[in-house]
Amino acid sequence: MRDFEFEAPTTLDAAVALLAEHNGSARPLAGGTDLIDHIRTERLTPDVVIDIKKIPELNILEHSADGFRVGAAVCCSRIWGDETIRQRYSALADAASIIGGTQIQNRASVGGNICNAGPAADSTPALIALGATCVIAGPNGKREVPVESFCVSKGKTVLEPGELLVEFKFPARPAHSGSHYRRFIPRNEMDIAVVGVGASVTLDGETISDAQVSLGAVAITPLLAKEVSDALIGKPANDETYKAAGEVARSSINPITDMRGTREFRIHVTGVLVERVLREAVHRANS
Amino acid sequence: MANKRVVTCTVNGREESFLCKPQQTLLEVLRDELELTGTKEGCSNGNCGACTVLMNGKPVVSCLVLAVECEGAELETIEGIADHGHLAPVQQAFLENAALQCGICTPGFIMSTKALLRENPNPTEQEIRFYLAGNLCRCTGYDKIIRAVQDAADHKIASN
Ligand SMILES: Cc1cc2nc3c(=O)[nH]c(=O)nc-3n(C[C@H](O)[C@H](O)[C@H](O)COP(=O)(O)OP(=O)(O)OC[C@H]3O[C@@H](n4cnc5c(N)ncnc54)[C@H](O)[C@@H]3O)c2cc1C
Repeated sequence: MRDFEFEAPTTLDAAVALLAEHNGSARPLAGGTDLIDHIRTERLTPDVVIDIKKIPELNILEHSADGFRVGAAVCCSRIWGDETIRQRYSALADAASIIGGTQIQNRASVGGNICNAGPAADSTPALIALGATCVIAGPNGKREVPVESFCVSKGKTVLEPGELLVEFKFPARPAHSGSHYRRFIPRNEMDIAVVGVGASVTLDGETISDAQVSLGAVAITPLLAKEVSDALIGKPANDETYKAAGEVARSSINPITDMRGTREFRIHVTGVLVERVLREAVHRANS
Repeated sequence: MANKRVVTCTVNGREESFLCKPQQTLLEVLRDELELTGTKEGCSNGNCGACTVLMNGKPVVSCLVLAVECEGAELETIEGIADHGHLAPVQQAFLENAALQCGICTPGFIMSTKALLRENPNPTEQEIRFYLAGNLCRCTGYDKIIRAVQDAADHKIASN
């Protein structure tokens, strides 16, 4: 691997100062499951690698009455191992438990997943469905960005040189709500999503009173599927509604053909997954 | 050129200090500096699991860990599995079930199995298959490996 310097700051201020000082030639290292390979293959050529795992703010995992916060460097196995996330923010636990295998989940973070900005990143649709906000720190202080606006294109995020993703904030989950994330891959595990779908629903009796649906791997960034979400609100929670939502999703996307699937296949599978994900999210809302 | 760093950590229960450059992976340092060549290099990009070691008790792929990240860490490698020169039950189970052919993936499988059985002493077949999904074997077709893990879990194999 090419030569680089290594730093492991223990405070957020020190990390931001280091990033600013190296003005674009430094890269944060969370679990390294993308970064180390990208340096090895020279897709990225940082002069300084900054290990961010020793910074307390990036390691928090905190539930409160206002919602829930998770640090950008928290690894997937810690996320799916958290009982409250499994119960109340299930879509995130679903995604964290299918990113790579055991070894990857012990290192890979949700922050690294979104900062890598891959179109098929599994945790990003889950974060979108759950209405998460990204907290970013930089030389000029902190700012917040809705998670669906964080990725701007393949491999590119809203982060400016010198900025670091600190944590995700999630609103509290209303009563009678449930969420789910699921992807289609040709194997059972260890593969990249052909399509991924996230959904969160809130029920008022038999009626869907709120919904947020997200789609992965059907565009250059994961998407908040506003039309699909809108098509669900006020509708009865039944198969007919899920099917109709699947159709709305199919007509709302414009995916590409690549080695993982054709455009036609992706459109078809998106509809199927939307139906299945909604059915499971409603089931969870009821139980 | 980045200076070499001194890293101090525990390897198989023994404190070790080594010198390494920031760009050296844990896999490289284990094999080339500490001469622990039981950990194998397969794909070098995290997919195959041949280089699996335990870091603070958890399986990780050592090709995707920088050695400098290991300051203060507790590492376990295949060299620490046998008990005073005797095969550990997991090793014995792999042997008796013919759960290996070429053997390159075996140290990684044994390390993952060690962590699995510590976390979950009585895993179901499904749990074993999912836990070991990050370890690839191109020889056995997996069934024999799964049987070996089941035998090790059932304590059918006495340590000898
Ligand atoms: C075998 C294998 C299987 C995989 N399977 C999947 C899968 O099923 N689904 C999936 O979505 N991904 C998968 N991945 C990709 C990868 O594991 C994930 O994207 C992971 O979540 C990245 O997290 P990390 O902590 O390892 O990030 P790192 O590699 O540490 O960082 C990723 C990128 O983000 C930057 N970065 C990290 N944290 C921050 C921060 N806080 N602020 C600013 N920038 C930051 C880094 O500089 C780097 O460019 C797989 C990878 C491997 C090797």
